[in-house]
Formats: sequence, C-alpha cells, structure tokens
Amino acid sequence: MRKLGLVVAGVAALGMALGQNVIKIASQSPLSGPQAALGEQIKLGAELAVEEAKARFRQLGFDLQFVPYDDQANPDVGVANANRIINDPDILGVVGHLNSGVAIPSSEVYARVNLVMVSPANTNPRVTDRKLPNVNRICGRDDVQGPAGAEYAFNNLGVRTAFVIHDKTAYGQGLAEEFKKRFEALGGRVVAFVGTEETSNFVPIINQIRGARPIPQLIYFGGIYSQIGPFVKQLRERGVTTRLMGGDGLDSSEFERLAGSQAAKGTYYTTVAGPVSAFPKAKAFAQRFKQKYGKEAEGFGIYAYDAANVILTALEKAIKDNGGRKPTREQVAKAVREVKLEGLTGTIEFDEKGDIKKAKYFIMQVAGTGNWADNKLIRVVEVAPPAAR
Amino acid sequence: MLEQILVLLPQVIFDGFLLGFVYAMVALGYTMVYGVLELINFAHSEIFMIGAVVGVEVFRYLAPALPNGYLLLLLALLLGGLIAGGTAILVERFAYRPLRKRGTTNRLVPLITAIGVSFILQDLVRLIEGLWHNEFFLRMRTVEALEGSVELFGGAIFAQTKAFIVIVVSILMLVGLTYLVNRTKLGVAIRAVAQDLSTASLMGIDPDRVISRTFLIGGSLGGVAGVLFALMYTTVNPYVGFLPGIKAFTAAVLGGIGNIPGAMLGGLVLGQLENFFGTYLPILTNGNFGTEYKDVVAFLILIFILLVRPQGLLGQVVKEKV
Repeated sequence: MRKLGLVVAGVAALGMALGQNVIKIASQSPLSGPQAALGEQIKLGAELAVEEAKARFRQLGFDLQFVPYDDQANPDVGVANANRIINDPDILGVVGHLNSGVAIPSSEVYARVNLVMVSPANTNPRVTDRKLPNVNRICGRDDVQGPAGAEYAFNNLGVRTAFVIHDKTAYGQGLAEEFKKRFEALGGRVVAFVGTEETSNFVPIINQIRGARPIPQLIYFGGIYSQIGPFVKQLRERGVTTRLMGGDGLDSSEFERLAGSQAAKGTYYTTVAGPVSAFPKAKAFAQRFKQKYGKEAEGFGIYAYDAANVILTALEKAIKDNGGRKPTREQVAKAVREVKLEGLTGTIEFDEKGDIKKAKYFIMQVAGTGNWADNKLIRVVEVAPPAAR
Repeated sequence: MLEQILVLLPQVIFDGFLLGFVYAMVALGYTMVYGVLELINFAHSEIFMIGAVVGVEVFRYLAPALPNGYLLLLLALLLGGLIAGGTAILVERFAYRPLRKRGTTNRLVPLITAIGVSFILQDLVRLIEGLWHNEFFLRMRTVEALEGSVELFGGAIFAQTKAFIVIVVSILMLVGLTYLVNRTKLGVAIRAVAQDLSTASLMGIDPDRVISRTFLIGGSLGGVAGVLFALMYTTVNPYVGFLPGIKAFTAAVLGGIGNIPGAMLGGLVLGQLENFFGTYLPILTNGNFGTEYKDVVAFLILIFILLVRPQGLLGQVVKEKV
C-alpha cells in the first residue's frame, strides 16, 4: 500500500510539474457542417505547425499541445468556445477563424484577457478595424479583395455590366459591396444587387438574370461554395453562359464537386489564400501534409500553418524575454505584433491594426478537370491594407 | 419595368407551378395526418428530406449500372417513397402511438414530440452521411437522359425535361391519392377515422392500422416530393427539409388544414407567390428589396388571406363534426 501511495504521489507531482509547463495553441474553425471542408484545412495546417515545433519547445522546457475547437461556422458556438478557451490558462494563442461573422464576436471574448488571435482567413475589414491589440490576420481584406476582382473584370475581361449577388453574411455582403463600389467607380454598371439565404432553389434569381436589361456580362457572387456551387449548376443547366466571379469563399474543391466540373469550368475567383502552386516554399509543406493526413493541402491549410508559426515564433521570443518562464498572454500578444517572419506565404509583419503589411491577392480560374490544384493562377497582386480610418 | 415583368411572366408562372406541385405533395402529408389525428407532424419535413437523400443515393449507386435514365428515376421514386413512408410509420409507431395509448390529452405534448423527432432525424441522417461518405452536401448525379431542355412559345418559357417530370409525376400522385381517398375501402376507412376515431373503431375499423397507413401514404408522398426536389434543385443536405416543410405546412393551413384538395391548392398558391416575389421584388421596388424578402412577402400575403378567411381557402367554417 505504501508503495502504491508513493507511486500516486509521484504521478501527481509529475503531473503538476508538467502542468505548469504546458502551453496550448487552440484553433477555431468549422469542423462539422456545411463549411467543414475549409475549416478542416485550418485545423490541420495549424496542427502540423504545432507538431513540428514540439521538439523545439521541449528544449525550452515546455510541453506544447494543440487543441482544436469546432465553431460550426456559427457565432454563438464560436463565442461559447471562446469562453472555454479563455478559461484554460494554458492556451496562449488562437489560430482562427474561418468566418468573419464568427471571428468578430469571438475575438472580443479573447480581448478580455488579451489572448492573441492570428487569423488565416478572415477578410472582413471590421476584424482589424476595431484595432484590438490581440487581433491579427495574415490574409488580405474584403475592401481590397472585392476591388481587385472588380478591376480585373473591368480592365482585363472588359466587362461593363455586372449582376451582383451576396449571401447576406458579414463576409459575403461586405465583399459584394466592395466589388460594387469599385466596379461603379471604374465606370461599370451594376444592373442588380441581390441578397439571398437560399441554399437550394435559385430559380427566381436565375430568372432575374435572364430578364435583366442590359444583359449582364458578369455575375459576381459574394458567398461560400455551399451556395455558389448549386447556384452555378442550376444557372448553367438553364442555359445561362454569363461569366461568373466570386471571392475566396468559393476557393474549395467542394465548389467544383457541387457545381459539377462542366459548370464550374472557367469560373473566376479572387482569393486571399493562394494555391500551393503559388508558393514555391509550400511544396515541401504540401508533401508533409499529404503524408500525415492523407489529404491535399489547400490554400487555407498553408495560411493556417503560417498563422500558427507566427504565434509560435512570438511565443519563443516571449519565453526568452521572460527568462525562460511561461509568458503572460499579454506578453505573447505584444510579441506577435512585433513578429517578422518569413513564412511559406511570404514576409509576415503586422501594422498597428493587426493587418499584414503587404497582403497577396490571387486571381484564379477554375480549370474544371476535377482536380482543384489544376486551377489556373492568372495573377498575383500585392497590396498594402488601407490606412486606419 | 412593365416590359421586363411581362417578358419573364410565362417563365415565372411555369417555375411557380413546378415549386407549387412539390409543396402540394408535401402539404398533403401534413393535412392527412392532421385530418386523422389533429396532430401537426412537424417531423414530416424530415420525411421529405429522407426522400431527397434516398434519391441522391439511388442515383449515385445505380446510375453507372442502369443505362435507362427513366428506369433509374422510377426506381429512385419508388425507393424514396417507400423508405420515407417506412420512416413515417416508424415515427408514428414509436413517437406518437405511445402518447395516444397513454391518453395524453394535452395537444402540446405530441407537437413537441414531433419537433424532437424532427431534430433526431436530421442528425441521424447527418451522422450516417458523415460516416458513409464524409459529405454534408449531397449532389444529385447528372444523368444524360434527364438533362434535356426545350424552349416553348418562342423562347418565353425555358423548360427542362426534369421540370416536365416533376409536374407529371406530381399530378399522377395527386390524382392517385384523390382516387384512393374517395374510391377505395382504405380511403373510406381513413375518412371514417378522420371523422371520429372512436366511432370508427366501433364499426370494425382498426384505427391503429388506418393511422399507420395514413402515415405511410403521407410519408411516401413526401418522399417522392423529396426525390423530385433533389432532381430539380440538385443539392441536398440533412437540413434541407426545414424550409420546404414549413412552407408546405403553411400551404396546408392556407388550403384549410385537413382538406386534401385544399392542400393542393395551397401548395400551388404558395409556389406561385414565392416565385413571383422572388423574381419581381427587386424589379418592383427598384432594387430596394431583394429576393431575400420573398418569403417575408409571401408569408405576409398568407397572413392577410387567413385574416380574411381564417378557415383556409377550401376549409369549412363549421368545425363541429357530424
């Protein structure tokens, strides 16, 4: 009995000792439901970065762990998770979210305790325009992404009339509005600006497109692949051949599966998370990713990997500055803002709002071969975020 | 503006009928169950969803093996109807019948049970599809034979082969149901039970069996409607039943709940309203109200109709039973 008591005490002591030196990195993204395909990339990308940093942190005397959370693309769930996250004192950084509509309320919860969040995917301007000291993103913004699409359509495709649709979310509507603003400023004409929450029956909108005068030369859809996929399928089935453009919400192989390769072919999209082929440095990463998870890495996977590495780099620095002891959340948030990192996606440095100093925007076209990686990269634009208003 | 409306009108009416027939078939399930049990079976929208999912799976697995597209569709409709009808029987057997046997008089209890069952079915389908294919959105496979289209009246109506299939199948089902209810022994029994359950049982009718068959018929209609919905609109998910279900329920109320021709009429009216406002709202309001308000406007009009005629379009004013 005494022996057993000793063992128990020993295990408890070891547990406590380890417990003090546990550092956790959380991720929040939709892992179930309609947007899981994109959300899973974020989780796996971040997980891979944490796995690879484990050995380095062990040398510093810390046990690094990864804790993924499922926000279900739902603001309520995201906020509930955020409350659980801030109550776990070992969590020192969050990679996420996928949806701006979820990131905005959740990040306000993190802000209460200065828990740092680095987003690989949130493009709504309000994410950083609130100037929270803990909120950063390494991807571009809708008020640049929308205009980038508008400029390409107007200048390079020669489009003069557009039919604009959005999904009524912070992301989709914001993107569509920015597209419209720039397109009109360039001299184009938006024949209609329509919102819809519909996910199956797009017939009324398709009829509007067929009846619109002047006949639109381009359809712009600000939304997520789960809506745009079936929309495009029905659109093409009904014989409308108008060119189509969307934002990074349709940057997923699921889009092609839902629309069918035939209908998806030729669709233009702008994205803030370029494909693996756009980043020479990401090739080795993609191989490791495939090896470990048996899945192809897509854009958000690479960005999540970088986002996690931003946090990890800042953590290492904060640990050193703190004399080898576990830093506070505040110290980590401050270190993240000062990070300068050569990531897979390029140089990562933040401005005073938490925007990346130079974000990349990609204009892509769906190849329609059934393999999302075949999509054609038409051009890359590097733009600084607009100055704080 | 007027010209724009007129140009599209034939198309809008055609598409409205298409949607209307689907709603009508779903509405019949609500109205039959209500007629017999005075219960609003909210799980019926999930019966519809199960039909749609079965349709997708049948196409997925049998399309490569079956060269004939119409045979494939027939099989999908049969299986979709049967499995959905079977699920409806199970729901009745395990969720509603125990309450009835216990003599629960509170009308809210079965209603809440129905809502609960509907959640269970949604998540069950999500779980199965998640484990089976790891897919949330299920895409209806494209089959060459069913993909044609024609332009009618000099291009005024663009009609797909699928649209004709939806209309023909649903008319056949509706006519078949009318015949069944009015001209067969089972129909007489159903009407008798709807009239008065306890008296009917005194006349040698087994009410449990009649109720079970009512669920089977209503469920099968819902399942067939689901298959047609998937065929027409190509993508379904475990939650796709909710909105069509609510609308079909509204259609049943609009027509006068418990009234079979009323449910059909209600479905058609609702289909037309939804499509009309979905297409024309932005044009009529000069872009101030988009398509997203189509349901709001359609439901406002419904509320107005029900204010004027609370018993529904074809409902009878006298609620007292003979």
